[in-house]
Amino acid sequence: MADLRSTFIGIKSPNPFWLASAPPTDKEYNVRRAYEAGWGGVVWKTLGSEGPPVVNVNGPRYGVIHGADRRVLGINNIELITDRPLEVNLREIKSVKRDYPDRALVISLMVPCDEESWRDILHRIEDTEADGVELNFGCPHGMAERGMGSAVGQVPEYIEMVTRWVKKHSRMPCIVKLTPNITDVRKPAEAARRGGADAVSLINTINSITSVDLDLFAPQPTIDGKGSHGGYCGPAVKPIALNMVAEIARNPATAGLPISGIGGVTTWRDAAEFMALGAGNVQVCTAAMTYGFKVVQEMISGLSDYLDGHDMTLPDLIGRAVPNVCDWQDLNLNYVTKAVIDQDACIGCGRCYAACEDTSHQAIAMKPGRVFEVIEEECVACNLCVDVCPVENCITMRELEIGEIDKRTGIPRGTYANWTTHPNNPMARAAE
Amino acid sequence: MSQARLSPGVVPGRLTADALAANFRDVAPPLDRHEAQVAADRCYFCHDAPCVTACPTSIDIPLFIRQIATGTPDAAARTILEANIFGGMCARVCPTENLCEGACVREIAEGKPVQIGALQRYATDGLMAKGVHPFARSTPTGRRVAVVGAGPAGLACAHRLAMKGHDVVIFEAREKPGGLNEYGIASYKAVDDFAQAEVAWLLKIGGIEIRHGQRLGQDITLDGLRAEYDAVFLGMGLGGVNALRAEGEDRQHVLDAVSFIRDLRQSRDLTTLPVGRDVVVIGGGMTAVDAAVQARLLGAENVTIVYRRGQDRMSASRHEQDHATASGVRIICNAAPVALHGNGAVAEIEFAYTEDGPAGLVLTDQRFRLKADQVFRAIGQRLEGTPEGLALEGGKIAVEGPGRTSIPGVWAGGDCALGGDDLTVTAVAQGRDAAEDIDARLSGRAGDSA
Ligand SMILES: Cc1cc2nc3c(=O)[nH]c(=O)nc-3n(C[C@H](O)[C@H](O)[C@H](O)COP(=O)(O)OP(=O)(O)OC[C@H]3O[C@@H](n4cnc5c(N)ncnc54)[C@H](O)[C@@H]3O)c2cc1C
Ligand SMILES: Cc1cc2nc3c(=O)[nH]c(=O)nc-3n(C[C@H](O)[C@H](O)[C@H](O)COP(=O)(O)O)c2cc1C
Ligand code: SF4
Ligand code: SF4
Ligand code: SF4
Repeated sequence: MADLRSTFIGIKSPNPFWLASAPPTDKEYNVRRAYEAGWGGVVWKTLGSEGPPVVNVNGPRYGVIHGADRRVLGINNIELITDRPLEVNLREIKSVKRDYPDRALVISLMVPCDEESWRDILHRIEDTEADGVELNFGCPHGMAERGMGSAVGQVPEYIEMVTRWVKKHSRMPCIVKLTPNITDVRKPAEAARRGGADAVSLINTINSITSVDLDLFAPQPTIDGKGSHGGYCGPAVKPIALNMVAEIARNPATAGLPISGIGGVTTWRDAAEFMALGAGNVQVCTAAMTYGFKVVQEMISGLSDYLDGHDMTLPDLIGRAVPNVCDWQDLNLNYVTKAVIDQDACIGCGRCYAACEDTSHQAIAMKPGRVFEVIEEECVACNLCVDVCPVENCITMRELEIGEIDKRTGIPRGTYANWTTHPNNPMARAAE
Repeated sequence: MSQARLSPGVVPGRLTADALAANFRDVAPPLDRHEAQVAADRCYFCHDAPCVTACPTSIDIPLFIRQIATGTPDAAARTILEANIFGGMCARVCPTENLCEGACVREIAEGKPVQIGALQRYATDGLMAKGVHPFARSTPTGRRVAVVGAGPAGLACAHRLAMKGHDVVIFEAREKPGGLNEYGIASYKAVDDFAQAEVAWLLKIGGIEIRHGQRLGQDITLDGLRAEYDAVFLGMGLGGVNALRAEGEDRQHVLDAVSFIRDLRQSRDLTTLPVGRDVVVIGGGMTAVDAAVQARLLGAENVTIVYRRGQDRMSASRHEQDHATASGVRIICNAAPVALHGNGAVAEIEFAYTEDGPAGLVLTDQRFRLKADQVFRAIGQRLEGTPEGLALEGGKIAVEGPGRTSIPGVWAGGDCALGGDDLTVTAVAQGRDAAEDIDARLSGRAGDSA
């Protein structure tokens, strides 16, 4: 069993799996059970200012995208921040933290965009013994209409300003949670660092309409015949989140800024991928909402086995893939591969053929007896057949040896060369 | 336990009405919506799908399953019925493990094919339950076609012809339509009078008249039909039954399996249907299995199927054989009957073991006897009473291409014609294809002549 203990901006937890600020962390009952199930930490459901709490809709608040067998691929929500009184939340936080001192407990906050509001809330949470705060600049619906959440997160200057207030009025570690609903995620991350943030966490949910009721002609979830855009999360958003994490990790202006990775983490593998791209830990919401708190046990055993199998420690993993994230122009254009079909594994469904024949390069031949073979003379190595084949590892990509003839071009495989020096590139630097 | 259960001889009421009702309920209950959704999600939407190739009616299986998966089961039903108007019955009776499901890539991959038959039933049942007939007739052509036999072949042919705008008259010897769907298929495969419901639904297309009590060769003649109609389709199945040619075959309680099944199918009260205590069924096909299983379900204590060749040669599918053994039927292979003993009624049947050598099947000297108070012959049906002048081949009506017989203007299909596999689905395919050919001929589109 690998050592999964994690220290993230000074906050210790027995493993790097935290529950993200969301329904799973909305109250003491949940958080106690989450800790019992094995979660390393939680970010408490976002608290608002003193006074009457926000109200949620009383109709459906989630929409969903299903894969085969109604597997949840993505969930969309129109829920707001906590709708329970501040005092109740604070009392519960204090009680839980007292009983679980070894677990991380971070409080998520969202209050109006003025210094007084932030100072007040920071004072209110001071004696909870919580380990840190997370600033929710991400919520894309409801709160944004009131000048909070992603309305702040979309303006780097506001992020910087609020972060500065928080650092001024509190000694707690401060995580800035970013919204993906922007064009360049590096800008808000840079602003957070300028404001003094100890870390960023991302992503919050993505603006979305999951589906339309074709009888009511209204977006779903539908509230009395109307629907509002919500926030998308779950496995479907993982690729978007991974890219944003990687962009921040490799941006010189934010390099080294701790990142808490969020967005579609469902298995140990997802978590490991986020960490390899620079996340110091991960936060999870949809997987817990879909399968319950127990999923963390697979994440723990899976990550542990992976680290043991690779003779790595957790810190070895963090950021290990970052140096390999590059721009397209730096990719080796002389790296040539060809699809290879394992005839013993092939079940003859013909999906590779349909895909390549209709939408790729006509590089798969269908022979009598439903035998499918790659025509190397045509294969551009696009990988589409690999992606659509229902049998894992049935189609693989074989790398050509240096000097081996690419049957498609007739040219022997050369050594590393990229677009910047390619003859077709009008801006090419002289190849030297 | 009722006393009748163990009574010797051929007696009714071995089981209570409740027990019989339980025994004869749907052998493969329909999928509910959730089950259908889960099953449909397993289909890979294969290219040039092997399941389609394996379906004698070439139903576009990946398409209809995708239509179920996307919540449009009625569209799925239309896809099925366009290719096979008996999609509902075929979903119940096709030996899918030898056809579509046997070819499914998930059978190859996991030994668990997509449940094509069950999904087909889900879609077609749904549409039929709504009473919707999804096809309309084209403009009437004024052409008239005679069809002999209201079995799957004749009705499939008639439906396709009616769709094309022709008027069809079906001449049927029996009092009910449906052929073996009505009189032959095991009752637990098509419960709740499904065969009649399906025919009634099929006839909603319009333009088809069925005349019952009209037997070709007795009430009508082929020449008469040819004179009166623009084309004739023969779909009269196999009326005759092969004999055992064993000594003592004429003893009491030795009968044709098909007659036993027919009586069973037509019985309104199974407690009145007599069955033996020790039943022996001779044969190796679907009919043998159906007779044996249903004898067990009626309460026979010992039921044995005896087949003269090896088990691998039995034409009943593996699934059918397993169904028989799971129902408590014993299967003995490589043995042929040589004599039926008894005093008036059969009491015992004597078999010789066989050897399948280069010279064909030979009887050995090894003999054994089975107790038998009822014996069913299920060693094949044969063509009976074919009209003069029709060329035959291998005991069936010789046909070329889409069912063209040796007589111009006369087509044939289904069990009576060469080329099928004695399956409902092949009968449907042949009836449909003959109809297309007849239509092409009648509308002057046909290329070559017959
Ligand atoms: C016991 C049994 C079980 C079977 N189970 C299955 C199964 O589970 N699955 C499967 O796929 N197949 C099964 N079959 C085979 C299947 O039923 C037949 O292949 C199919 O019904 C053939 O259709 P058909 O239209 O050619 O003939 P039939 O269904 O035999 O129909 C012929 C029709 O023509 C009528 N007719 C006959 N002679 C004349 C005449 N001279 N004049 C006028 N009308 C006439 C008959 O009354 C009948 O209505 C089974 C067969 C039997 C006997
Ligand atoms: C391989 C690939 C290449 C694409 N290239 C282009 C492109 O050149 N121009 C463009 O406008 N969109 C391009 N797109 C985006 C598609 O047009 C489309 O907007 C996107 O895939 C979302 O639609 P879908 O997911 O519903 O298919 C491309 C998509 C794919 C998968
Ligand atoms: S890699 Fe692309 S081009 Fe090559 S065979 Fe596969 S689908 Fe076709
Ligand atoms: S997609 Fe995979 S399994 Fe299907 S035919 Fe191609 S190689 Fe075989
Ligand atoms: S072979 Fe199986 S998986 Fe492929 S299309 Fe047919 S039913 Fe679907």
